[in-house]
Amino acid sequence: MFFRMIRGALFRQKGKMLMIAFTIALGASLATAMLNVMLDVGDKVNQELKTYGANINVLPKGASLLDDLYGDEEAETGESNQYLQESELGNIKTIFWAFNIVDFAPYLDVNVRLNAGADEVRVVGTWFSEHLNLPTGESLDTGMASMKDWWDVSGDWPDDADASSAVVGSALAEKNGIRTGDTIEISGAGGAKSLRVAGIFSAGGDEDEQMYVPLSVAQELSNRAGLVSRVEVSALTTPDNELSRKAAQDPKSLSVKEWETWYCTAYVSAICYQIDEVLTDSIAKPIRQVAESEGAILEKTQFLMLLITILSLVGSALGISNLVTAGVMERSQEIGLLKAIGARSVSVSWLVLTEILITAVIGGAAGYFIGIGFAQIIGHSVFGAAIAIKPMVVPIVAALVFIVTLAGSIPAIRLLQALRPAEVLHGR
Amino acid sequence: MNLLELNDISKIYGNVKALNRIDLTVEQGEWLAIMGPSGSGKTTMMNIIGCMDKPTSGTVLLDGINISTENSKSLTAIRRDKIGLIFQQFHLINYLTAVENVMVAQYYHSMPSEKEALEALERVGLLGRAKHLPSQLSGGEQQRVCIARALINYPRLILADEPTGNLDELNENIVLDIFKQLHRDGSTIIVVTHDPEVAEDAQRTVVLEHGLITKIKENERRGLS
Repeated sequence: MFFRMIRGALFRQKGKMLMIAFTIALGASLATAMLNVMLDVGDKVNQELKTYGANINVLPKGASLLDDLYGDEEAETGESNQYLQESELGNIKTIFWAFNIVDFAPYLDVNVRLNAGADEVRVVGTWFSEHLNLPTGESLDTGMASMKDWWDVSGDWPDDADASSAVVGSALAEKNGIRTGDTIEISGAGGAKSLRVAGIFSAGGDEDEQMYVPLSVAQELSNRAGLVSRVEVSALTTPDNELSRKAAQDPKSLSVKEWETWYCTAYVSAICYQIDEVLTDSIAKPIRQVAESEGAILEKTQFLMLLITILSLVGSALGISNLVTAGVMERSQEIGLLKAIGARSVSVSWLVLTEILITAVIGGAAGYFIGIGFAQIIGHSVFGAAIAIKPMVVPIVAALVFIVTLAGSIPAIRLLQALRPAEVLHGR
Repeated sequence: MNLLELNDISKIYGNVKALNRIDLTVEQGEWLAIMGPSGSGKTTMMNIIGCMDKPTSGTVLLDGINISTENSKSLTAIRRDKIGLIFQQFHLINYLTAVENVMVAQYYHSMPSEKEALEALERVGLLGRAKHLPSQLSGGEQQRVCIARALINYPRLILADEPTGNLDELNENIVLDIFKQLHRDGSTIIVVTHDPEVAEDAQRTVVLEHGLITKIKENERRGLS
């Protein structure tokens, strides 16, 4: 009989139940969309922020010490005698967080004379789009072309395999009257080279006074075959917290459990540590400004999403509360009658709660699928990419719908329990 | 043997004395009518007898139980086990069919049985309308469903509040015929009404005015015709 009453209430009062289901669906859809976006927004925002460049700088140990003591000055002169091995660079993509390494590019700075002039010009050897075959059997293309994709290049990036091409900074090109397609002569300790200008770039910084050439060219000009002076790495990272800050100061201060947690989380300090492990005599350092800004933006975005989720659920609870309370008031005579013919308050409460919970299951399920749609709309309109659907959202949304429905039903249940049959049946 | 005894019953709402020191007894198998104008205390008396309200003072004995001192939970159980309620407004559940409306009373009493519910509908001449919703029934038919619901648990007392108040003459006669049959079968019936014609069918009529019993009359038709 209980289920005949439930069935009757659900199927013969479709309008009221649909309204409650719609309210629950609205709350569930917003919660689903926001939770999916919130859980995926880290990667999305990180990818967006990667367009602003590297967030990890890898230096040889000795050069790092000079850098710490004298700032950028020593590094800029290119006078350090410490180098990293080019042959080891592929190891960066073999660390525990290999999939979080988006791009990396090595640099070797050489001071040369341009077109037999008197002034020295900084030439930077690098990878533009180097194809690497990794020890793991995988392969990837990495280098400046993707790491500095916001640079304005008139012409083309040079081909890494073409040892006779270069890109020239706009300030340097203007000062020396260089144009795309020109041929220039440069000479260094290792000899002279004739290079074709593949493009003129504008980076908006000191780089505009420099020239970028394939790494092999810089190594030849400086007699440093197989060596690089630094590596910039762009990695997807998790925002810092107390543990990562403690680890950044001294990983040895962590307990075994803390160390495992830290090592297995994509904190920038953990990734730096893992890079140090695979490159001989290297020190990887986070570029703090970038890493911290990324963390702050990510945290704020996630907090905003969480706030919207909570507000949508509170709104849903209020909506459910109003609808259910109005429904109970509307059904006060029916409830009074049930009590008059011998139903206890708890029995009537179960009846009404079961109706609402079944409605919540239907509304929640519909809301979940609508929410997935909302998440994709948000993903495409904000990030230009699909939002990954997280299975863990299903139990979270189910629990939230259950809690919100129960919380929203409390005023109605209290009203129902206080109803006296004599008052509602005879108007006393 | 008395089924119901009201001893010195008063009910006071604020400054209003709805019932003022009422004494009344109803025998097992008796058909009693309670009459009076609006505000005379009829509904208050019905609520107290029907275990839906408690008197401010005095005692009410129903089937030997002092219901004036019982708590809400016990009153619900007494109402369920001993009283069949019939209302002027029928109070059927609009999303349940006629037979389901009867079964609801069984469900909260013991075990619902569709067979017994259909038999109860047959007693009031509504077997053919068992699967209809209240909105598909006339006023008289709805009242007969309400009567079937009141009878289904074999109550010790049938308490009817203006049972013919919303019915035309034809349906009024059908309902009264059912009451007569119930009375012949030995049921105890208390009918609250303002209609003298309805009251005339009872064995005894109690007239209430301003919360006081002003007249008790033995009726000639004595409910057995």
